[in-house]
Amino acid sequence: MLLIVLVPLWIVVLTSLSTKGAINRAGGLVIWPDGITFEAYEEMLKGSTVRTALLVSLGITIIGTAISMVVSVLCAYGLSRSGSFAHRFILVLLIVTMFVGGGLIPTFLVVTGLGGYGQWWALILPGAVSVFNILILRSFYSSTAAELMDAARIDGASDWRILWSVILPTSRAVTAVIALFYAVGYWNSFFNVMLYMPTESEKWPLQYVLLTYVNRGVGMPGSVNAGFGMAHSQTAPLSLQMAVVVLTLVPLVIVYPFVQKHFRTGVLTGAIKG
Amino acid sequence: MNEGLTRRDRLRRDRSVLIMVAPAVVLLLIFNYAPMVGVITAFQYYDPLIGIWDSDWAGLDQFQQLFADSRFWHALSNTLYLSFVQLILFFPIPIVLAMLLNSVLSERVRNFVQSVVYLPHFFSWVLVITIFQQMLGGAGALNQWLRSNDLATWDVMTNPDTFALLVTFQGVWKEAGWGIIVFLAALAAINPGLYEAAAADGAGPWRRMWHITLPGLRGVIVLMLVLRLGGALSVGFEQFLIQRDAVGHEAAEVLDTYAFYYGIATTNYSFGAAAGLFKSVISLLLIWGANKLAHSFGEDGLYRK
Repeated sequence: MLLIVLVPLWIVVLTSLSTKGAINRAGGLVIWPDGITFEAYEEMLKGSTVRTALLVSLGITIIGTAISMVVSVLCAYGLSRSGSFAHRFILVLLIVTMFVGGGLIPTFLVVTGLGGYGQWWALILPGAVSVFNILILRSFYSSTAAELMDAARIDGASDWRILWSVILPTSRAVTAVIALFYAVGYWNSFFNVMLYMPTESEKWPLQYVLLTYVNRGVGMPGSVNAGFGMAHSQTAPLSLQMAVVVLTLVPLVIVYPFVQKHFRTGVLTGAIKG
Repeated sequence: MNEGLTRRDRLRRDRSVLIMVAPAVVLLLIFNYAPMVGVITAFQYYDPLIGIWDSDWAGLDQFQQLFADSRFWHALSNTLYLSFVQLILFFPIPIVLAMLLNSVLSERVRNFVQSVVYLPHFFSWVLVITIFQQMLGGAGALNQWLRSNDLATWDVMTNPDTFALLVTFQGVWKEAGWGIIVFLAALAAINPGLYEAAAADGAGPWRRMWHITLPGLRGVIVLMLVLRLGGALSVGFEQFLIQRDAVGHEAAEVLDTYAFYYGIATTNYSFGAAAGLFKSVISLLLIWGANKLAHSFGEDGLYRK
């Protein structure tokens, strides 16, 4: 299992770092180091397509995650206060959406009906709330800090104050895990792009560029350098294609190690209790 | 706690809690509940220019068309077939992996393996399929090696006959590692005293696995099976959407791609909504049925009886 995961990644990274000569000698993908260069990365970032897509992806991910986290943390805290007004009703309202939905086309009609076609918010708001994530946060909030919360309330702290000074500092692990879940969701989203901005290539995020230009082998427009439009083929050279693959991986691999150690505490407590 | 308080007092007391919950509720009302109302387009001849309130009623016309379409039945049988193959070949793997990993003595090794096998879960389907394309496709690493050794090439990525195996393998690559997380938790919850007692009574490793480990996992296994059966009609949308063109719709069309191609891509919204509604209703019945089944085995399933 370990090798099945690691070997393809190794080949992809190595090919993206290989010189043209090494790729020719290997007859395609490079399996063993033989002439390392960062040329493909330089070329990739010189072309406007990938650079714009990277900025779009980062923008959607950062703004989306921020919105999702604020909404989810507030909601989870509100729901952890059992016995409050309409508490059960709101909880049922949320849980129902986990099992029943309008489906793809009614959702598409609602979003486009609100003028979402071609708009950035259409990539973020429809999926901004994950009830599953809220329930994980909620089960954490209602269990871990019960005594602390009571003590704070006796001291006269408001709900906002308790959330900010008691709950958030004591639940950093689970917050980090949920933020990663949301961020990965936004970073990986491609179907929303296909639905809501299929024609505007200057608004495409990285995943969509990866799909069109690497997986489907379409030529890359808007890149000024000759590398993409060489001789007979419009397709980018292999090292460049693999560099795009690596680029979509990089942010994840940077963040992952910091969050990974919290999986056990974060996910499991929520999942098992929930 | 609430006795003696009027509705107004409670509303005032819980004002800040309600404000906190409001944004999530508003988003769910717009993007989850409004589409549920929008399901009525399945019973209309919906025209985007006129809108949902003024479009003509179709009764069950869209459903009649749907059931008369041979491509629909083909998509349905594809979905069930792929779901079945994925269940048989995927389901046991995380359980076995979790048990193997649990028997590794060194914590460091275990942690390292875990962090590597979790990783693909966070990759997008676009990325996973691109990687598969590079490894197993016509110009990929496998065929490159076959060619350099003068062997016959084998394009796995565009072969409709082996597509079910391919998507299952992709699923295993992406999700099997992540799938072990719940089983590991269940294994950690088993009382170690049971193993010691069994060993003292002379039970070998196989007997201990059979009489302690597997019964300890039983609840989680049943829960996972219930979820899996409930999702039998959702075999994985993006995975099929991306590969549909390369493999051909004969093998890769599932209910979700069907609704997308004959609903949105052709702007035949009411027809697509009818296909989606059919899927949702059957899925709900499947969850309900599978849960009933779990209860009859004396397990909790999704919720306690």
